[in-house]
Amino acid sequence: MNNDFFKANINPYISRCEEDTFKYARNLAKYLEAGDVIALSGDLGAGKTTFTKAIAEALKVKENVSSPTFTIVKEYRSGIIPLFHFDLYRLSYEDEFYNIGGEDYLFGDGITIIEWANLIEDILPSETLFIDIDYGASLGERIFKLRDMRNLRSL
Amino acid sequence: MLNGKHITIGIESSCDETAAGVVADGREMLSNIISSQISIHTKFGGVVPEIASRHHLENINDVIDRALKEAGVSLNEVDLIGVTYGPGLVGALLIGVATAKMIAYAKNIPLVGVNHMHGHIAANYIEHKDLKPPFMGLIVSGGHTNIVDIEDYNTCKIIGETRDDAAGEAFDKVSRVIGLGYPGGPKMDRSARDGNKNAIDFKRVWLEKGSYDFSFSGIKTAALNYINNERQSGRDIDINDFSASFQEAVVDVITKKAVDACIEFKRDKLVLSGGVAANTRLGELLIERASKAGIQVFKPSKILCTDNGAMIASSAYYESLKGNYSNLKLDAAPGLEI
Repeated sequence: MNNDFFKANINPYISRCEEDTFKYARNLAKYLEAGDVIALSGDLGAGKTTFTKAIAEALKVKENVSSPTFTIVKEYRSGIIPLFHFDLYRLSYEDEFYNIGGEDYLFGDGITIIEWANLIEDILPSETLFIDIDYGASLGERIFKLRDMRNLRSL
Repeated sequence: MLNGKHITIGIESSCDETAAGVVADGREMLSNIISSQISIHTKFGGVVPEIASRHHLENINDVIDRALKEAGVSLNEVDLIGVTYGPGLVGALLIGVATAKMIAYAKNIPLVGVNHMHGHIAANYIEHKDLKPPFMGLIVSGGHTNIVDIEDYNTCKIIGETRDDAAGEAFDKVSRVIGLGYPGGPKMDRSARDGNKNAIDFKRVWLEKGSYDFSFSGIKTAALNYINNERQSGRDIDINDFSASFQEAVVDVITKKAVDACIEFKRDKLVLSGGVAANTRLGELLIERASKAGIQVFKPSKILCTDNGAMIASSAYYESLKGNYSNLKLDAAPGLEI
């Protein structure tokens, strides 16, 4: 991930429907490389898993990407880069992330997307890309807002 | 062997529960010990405070000891060890797998790695002594929603699966927001009994015509939107009506698709399993619709619906009858397909 993505994209981005979200994710995926970490936040139903599905599609992942809430993490290795999809909804302590071997994924050979990542914000790599998803004014509308720790000031 | 019967111990640690159970001749449950964290979950309002493999590690030896003791067997009388090796959480699975391999090696007992989903189906072999494949299976839990055609013991084909959230997960998340708490399924089930299932019309998601897949993400979002709208408008929500309506929308889709699958694939038996199998309305509507189509419904008792060791033992037993054993290289497979 480099700064080009930020230069090339409108931030915040307003998605009016699921199709917009897929378009947005496709564009983002072009800039992703192994080792990148994306931290997603947003209320239940905001579309965190939908966004991840869109990234997976762009990475040509063949399997269906379903919610990882129950198993905490799901791995997809059929795409052009491995994709690790976390959901920390059921965790309460940072330690639990270590205990399930979460750290190994962060510095692994794939792209890691983490839902409800606020729990482990302190231990995320410094170049983590933060995306906040908010409900928009009308039904089905979502607002994607990017934050990057390293580039926080320049945004 | 014990009194001429084949003895299998099953070990399960794929997610939250650490469990072990002893089964004779693949069908007779001699013990079923489950160390659950559910009371802790409730205390923390639905979040699992200690889901780590450490929890399994602390419990597993004790759970196995208790399962053997309650069954009245010693390790020397155990003919087979079955252990869940996937799907699940890798750190959690590893504890069960490592423990099973260790016992298998130390006591020279044959080992079978079990697919957790096959275990859920096998729970019905314990409950219904005469049930034999082929049949249609419906597995509904916190992590899965699958329609599977069971051609033989531990041999199945996926007919439909969830494309996003599992049914049990949708219950848990919606239950939390409406304030019923954890575990969502049983809480909403209880609340729904005093509610009107037609009070709120939640849109069902059927997907493309002829598809047996599920999508519960949309109805989850619709339910959350409903709660937000009502709250913002200052209106009180009748929680019982809400629960009954939400539950009906979920159960309506599941039962319709499961029965349709039986008809299309010409199966006259429909076997329900997984944690959500304990849902009252699911069982009720499934039996109503299935019996109209001449299909017989089977489901396990509550204790066998949840993750447990006995079902793993039963599945392992039938796998061993096919001559399929695992060796000491058995490893956890978190993403194992059915």
